[in-house]
Amino acid sequence: MSDKAKSIASKKTSGQDERLKEVSRLRLLLNRPELGAVGGAILVFIFFGIVAGDTGMFSAYGTLNFLDVSANLGIIAIAAAMLMIGGEFDLSIGSMIGFAGICIAIPAIYWGWPLWVSIIFAFAMAVLVGYFNGILVVRTGLPSFIVTLAMLFILRGATLAITRLITGRTQVPGLRVLIENDPIAWMFATDTFKWLFTWLGSMNLIALRTDGTPLATGIPPSVIWFIAATLFATWILMKTRYGNWIFASGGDKNGATNVGVPVGRVKISLFIGTAVAATIFATIQVLDAGSADTMRGNLKELEAIAAAVVGGCLLTGGYGSAIGAAFGALIFGTVSMGIFYTDVDTDWFKVFLGAMMLIAVVFNNYIRKRVTETK
Amino acid sequence: MSENLIEFNNISKFFGKVIALKDVTMKLKKGEIMCLLGDNGAGKSTLIKTLAGVHKPDEGEIVIEGKKTVFDSPKDALDMGIGTVYQDLALVPLMSVTRNFFMGREPLKGPLFLKTFDIEKANQIAAERMGQIGIDVRDPSQAVGTMSGGERQCLAISRAIYFGAKVLVLDEPTSALGVHQASMVLKYIVKAASQGLAVILITHNVHHAYPVGNSFTVLNRGKSLGTFNKKDISREELLGMMAGGEELDKLEVELKEMDRLSKN
Repeated sequence: MSDKAKSIASKKTSGQDERLKEVSRLRLLLNRPELGAVGGAILVFIFFGIVAGDTGMFSAYGTLNFLDVSANLGIIAIAAAMLMIGGEFDLSIGSMIGFAGICIAIPAIYWGWPLWVSIIFAFAMAVLVGYFNGILVVRTGLPSFIVTLAMLFILRGATLAITRLITGRTQVPGLRVLIENDPIAWMFATDTFKWLFTWLGSMNLIALRTDGTPLATGIPPSVIWFIAATLFATWILMKTRYGNWIFASGGDKNGATNVGVPVGRVKISLFIGTAVAATIFATIQVLDAGSADTMRGNLKELEAIAAAVVGGCLLTGGYGSAIGAAFGALIFGTVSMGIFYTDVDTDWFKVFLGAMMLIAVVFNNYIRKRVTETK
Repeated sequence: MSENLIEFNNISKFFGKVIALKDVTMKLKKGEIMCLLGDNGAGKSTLIKTLAGVHKPDEGEIVIEGKKTVFDSPKDALDMGIGTVYQDLALVPLMSVTRNFFMGREPLKGPLFLKTFDIEKANQIAAERMGQIGIDVRDPSQAVGTMSGGERQCLAISRAIYFGAKVLVLDEPTSALGVHQASMVLKYIVKAASQGLAVILITHNVHHAYPVGNSFTVLNRGKSLGTFNKKDISREELLGMMAGGEELDKLEVELKEMDRLSKN
């Protein structure tokens, strides 16, 4: 009997081999978590290409506009995605943005610190907040949803209270003059490839102001950070040991622990990652606006999680991609800006956001079933 | 008589007033498969955890290759070549075969500080190892979730062997499997033993244990009822010795009766 079973089994495997190798490439592509987001982004561009193709949305200026919005969201969405893959949530991202902004502005304006010291101070605070979130979740075993919801209120409240205590107001303006000649601030405040835009302007290929300078002056810093963050996160997830530990920690905490993955350390580092990403977001925006506002970043955590989900992250962890989250952010950024170029009332944007998320969750659920229940 | 690879001499373990294990003795040679049989509550889990270094025995000694050894942690046991495959297998269904195979012990390449996970090498080893078992992973980057229960079990065992296990401790490797899948796993266990590993197979299923085992230790309420060589004991005697053996006999009679009635 066993001989017969063996022969059948071997026949089956050798026969299957050739046939399945051919489709495996397509299967591989279909099973990628970012598939939905990439497809969605293409659809969004086709839609606006038809509806708003001749309105200036896709001019150099218009394009940079929606890329800037997408990039800002993308920076936090990628960090949120990595944390979600690691099996946790961070609802305090939005509050951390407000808190980081104040951490830069108050020392720089009221205490006379050099701007670069204030920026480093803000990042140090981010590491602390992230570490605190992480250690609390890992040590108590409580759901991160609750722990970081508490942190959402604590940070936002502290931001407001401290700012009003020190300044008597809720906004801290006057940062713009400090940017010049600062050894660090330029990384968050300089448009790049200016020469390219000047050249394009001189060739009359892009729109000019009345004084002859191009309307779009260069690639905003957010876009550079966004691209760098996408590449870095993808490299970590796909190519490093730590990346494998992130998937393992989110996929099965006990299993990962049993084979020696330091699950606690992985999760804490991911919480630090979201807080640091929030601080990058805050630094760019604060320096761009020239002022810090206690309400900055309000509700951004939800948009970041939405973008990560649209990008293919499972809410249960262990699955997702940074590229997916980047495309999720691109979809939201493009629609939120593109809607101005159409006849549609901008009030409908949130409806779109919600619908998009619902579709994504249903789609992701289907994908997970495909991945785990083929046999 | 050749030397024993591993000996457990008069191991006892107490939890407060509860005697979980009392005077359990087992000896294994290279290439031997010893089946540890017992019903639920017989002390199998405690014994596994003692083997794996999770619990320290309160009495008795563990001797590996002639040397008396104390495991202070699961890692100690692992380093001494005791590879334990728990029932949950420590596999992540959403992750690929390769990523699971090397989970926590990823091969690295590249310069210091920029070391990356050597996926190509890992893929190659994983595919090679799975091929040796006769499992054709069409693509080592496919998710473990797409594999059958038997294939997953084999993957977990293969992983333990690859990472240096000399003694394999398998916790109920066939309990959740159908006949075909179970026979695939059992075949692999025999193959592993023939390559010089000692295997401790923990199960409550005599029908799975009897064809592959060289010797059988029966646990009942924390005590060993003895170790028997295959030639000295029949399947029925083993079954009878486990608590619940009588009940199974009764069940068999009842089932036959039902069968007879339904045929009429």
